[in-house]
Amino acid sequence: MRSEVFYIIVGMALVTFFTRFGTLALFRFTGVPTWLNRWLKYVPVAILTSLIVPTLLLPKGYLDISLNNHYLIAGIVAAIVAYKSRNIIATMGLGMIIMLVLKLW
Amino acid sequence: MQLSNLLSRKYGLAEEACVALRECTPVVFGIIPFGITCGIMGLTAKMSGIETILMSVFVFAGAAQFIGITMLGAGIQAWGIVIFTTLLVNLRHLIMGSSLAPYMTKLPFPLQALLAFLLTDEAYALTISRIHKARYSVHYQLTVGTVLYLAWVLSTAAGVALGSYISDPLTWGLDFAMPATFLVLLIPRLVDRISLSVFGMAAVVSVLAALYLPGKWYIIIACLTASLVGGLLEGDKENA
Repeated sequence: MRSEVFYIIVGMALVTFFTRFGTLALFRFTGVPTWLNRWLKYVPVAILTSLIVPTLLLPKGYLDISLNNHYLIAGIVAAIVAYKSRNIIATMGLGMIIMLVLKLW
Repeated sequence: MQLSNLLSRKYGLAEEACVALRECTPVVFGIIPFGITCGIMGLTAKMSGIETILMSVFVFAGAAQFIGITMLGAGIQAWGIVIFTTLLVNLRHLIMGSSLAPYMTKLPFPLQALLAFLLTDEAYALTISRIHKARYSVHYQLTVGTVLYLAWVLSTAAGVALGSYISDPLTWGLDFAMPATFLVLLIPRLVDRISLSVFGMAAVVSVLAALYLPGKWYIIIACLTASLVGGLLEGDKENA
C-alpha cells in the first residue's frame, strides 16, 4: 500500500467522522435548543426530498423532463405505489422492473 | 421481577433488531450495486484492491469515496484537496447528526461515537422513520448501521474481485433502488400543509442548486432552506 494513499484515506475517514459526530458531541451536555428542535422537525422531509427529486429530474446532470428519462417515469410510478401500498418491496420491485423494461425497449 | 425485566428487555432488543433487519433489506439491495461500482472504480483509478477496500472500511461514505477515487485516478495527489472535498460532500451529515442528537444524548460516549461512524443517508432515513412510526431505539439504529456497513465493505470487496468482468453495474438501472427506498420513507410524511410546503421548497431549491452548483451542495442548501421554512411555519402555528 502506498503511504500517500494511506494518508488520504485516513484524512477522509477523520473528516467524515467529524461531520457525523460533530453536532452530536456539541449538544451532548446541553441538549438541543428549542428553536433548533423546531427547525430540525422538518429536516427528514427536506433531506429526503433533496435526495430524491434531483436524482429523478437530473439523472445525467442536466434537467431532463421527457419520456426518455427512465428515472422520472419509474419515479412517478414508484411514488404512486408508495402512496397506495406503503410497501418498500412493492415500490422498489415495480420501479426497478419499469427501469429494466424501459432499458430493454 | 428482575428476570422478567431482563427478559422483556432482551425481547425488546431482539424485536427491534428483527424489525431493523427487515426494513433495511431493500436498502442493502440498493447499496450493493454502488459498492460493486466503488470496487471497480478503485481498480480503474489504479488503486490497489487493498487500498480500495480499506477506503470503504475506514471512510464508509459512498459519494465522498467516488469523488476521492476519481481525484486519485486523475492524478491529484494533493491530499488537502481530496480531504477538503470529502468534508464538503459530507457536511450534510452535520444536519442529520443534530436531527438525531436529541435521542442520542443520553447514550454512553463510545456508543455515540460508534453510531456516528455508522451514520449514513440511508441509516438516518431508516432511523428517523422508525422514530416517526414507533420510538427511538438504539438497537434499531445499531443494527441498521452495522448491516449497511457490512454490505458496503463486502460489496466493495466483491467489486474489486469482479474487477474486469462487469463494466458498470449502475447502467443496469439498479441504482433506482435508492430513490425508490427514499420515496417509501418520504411519502407517509407528507400529511399536512407544512410538510407539503417543505417538500415543494426542497424540490425547487434542490433542482436549481443541482443545476448551478457543484458536488452535493444542492442537498445542504435545499435541506437548510426548506427545513428553516418548515420551522418558521411551525412557529407561526404554535404562536397563533
